[in-house]
Amino acid sequence: MFSRLKDKVGQVQLPGDEFSWEAEDTIPLTDPVRPERVVCGPGLRRSGDRLLVCKSGVLRHKQPNVFWIDSQQRRYVPAKGETVIGIVTAKSGDIFKVDVGGSEAASLSYLAFEGATKRNRPNVQVGDLVFAQFIVANKDMEPELTCIDSSGRANGMGVFGAGGLVFTVSLGLVRRLLSPLSEIRSDLDQLFPCELVVGMNGRLWVRSPSIQQTLIVANLLQSCDSMTAPQRRELFRRVQQGAL
Amino acid sequence: MTQSSCDALHFFRGGGMMEVCGSSTVSLREFGCEQSLLSRPDGSASFTQGDTSVLAGVYGPAEVKVSKEIYDRATLEVLVQPKVGLPSVRERLQEQCVRETCEASLLLSLHPRSSLTLILQVLHDDGSLLSCFLNAACMALMDAGLPMSCLFCAVTCAIDTDGQITTDPTAAQEKESRALMTFAIDSTERKVLMSSTKGSFSVSELQQCIAVSQKASEKIFQFYRDSVRRRYSKIL
Repeated sequence: MFSRLKDKVGQVQLPGDEFSWEAEDTIPLTDPVRPERVVCGPGLRRSGDRLLVCKSGVLRHKQPNVFWIDSQQRRYVPAKGETVIGIVTAKSGDIFKVDVGGSEAASLSYLAFEGATKRNRPNVQVGDLVFAQFIVANKDMEPELTCIDSSGRANGMGVFGAGGLVFTVSLGLVRRLLSPLSEIRSDLDQLFPCELVVGMNGRLWVRSPSIQQTLIVANLLQSCDSMTAPQRRELFRRVQQGAL
Repeated sequence: MTQSSCDALHFFRGGGMMEVCGSSTVSLREFGCEQSLLSRPDGSASFTQGDTSVLAGVYGPAEVKVSKEIYDRATLEVLVQPKVGLPSVRERLQEQCVRETCEASLLLSLHPRSSLTLILQVLHDDGSLLSCFLNAACMALMDAGLPMSCLFCAVTCAIDTDGQITTDPTAAQEKESRALMTFAIDSTERKVLMSSTKGSFSVSELQQCIAVSQKASEKIFQFYRDSVRRRYSKIL
């Protein structure tokens, strides 16, 4: 199974494709027999001793044994531990309702901010943007957000300041931006100084010194979705030369 | 909607494909597809079979109305928009055929208490409309990244007065036909997920049509694979 999965890494898989577990013909007598363990990520599903693909996309692999399907979808499905950009839609008692683009609004407690106590309430208004992390996210429960880490520090999360622009891109592009050694990010670095906040729910927040530059960055990132790497480099080069 | 008898299907799967009468290759009209062509929906696709063309859009998993909420799975709603006028009884029947096929292939229990909406807009009808709906629906669901246990495709067969079977008939061929059948076939076991029939035919003709559809489905599934591969070529 392991070798079969590895053969298919980087190839496009469709729902219904399967990898079946086959007992090895010979058991080596000299080496200790170790069971193969495979960790399945999004898009892969275990059914008995078979591994089924349930989303279309490219099979990816991470050492030593993690496999997942990388797909280009637009709708966000909350997952525990992911950081997202949300919009506060309602204030009710001691929780805020936050729209994160999922099927249900997430809840955010007023105590889940750095330095917040029962007396000292955080200043959050309806319509504010928050950068928060999921602490509860599963298909059966209401998703729950927090703006502090386990040691009680904000760690970059919280309510956004004034200025900046939020826009939406595909979830695939977000993952490409967040990957270490991301090419898009390094291309963007060379253009102009800007602040970029990436939410795993497909929302990006950009702030640069001028509104014009903010809009250029936003348009560039939105168009990255449908471009190959050489096309993107060519476009960034032309922007850098001031052609656009 | 009739579910075909299982023993007939086992007969074909056990003894290999039945020999298709007439030519050895099944002829389908030119088909084409484009994925994620609309910006607003979560998934979209257009599917063209000859001159028949359908545009599909999928929204979801999204918030669901309390009255339509199902506690252990997602609610799937299919809307068929005709080229002109308002949807009527014929469209409702097509909606039901598409919905039940999609429900069979989607893993709806992975998104409980949410809604999926599939909108199918007829762009042009030149025969085999139901199969074009189903093919467009499958591509759009795949584009939206919804979890599916298998893919499906649909093939329409027309039997004319001489007993000749035509796959993927045009509107003119449909009008001349004695019987018209549409089968939805799944990609893993090539079994019939849905069948919709009109007119009179014998049992052996039905079985022949299923065999022809199964053969034609290979081509469509290969086309699905090529078209998804082309779509992901930019990030490979």
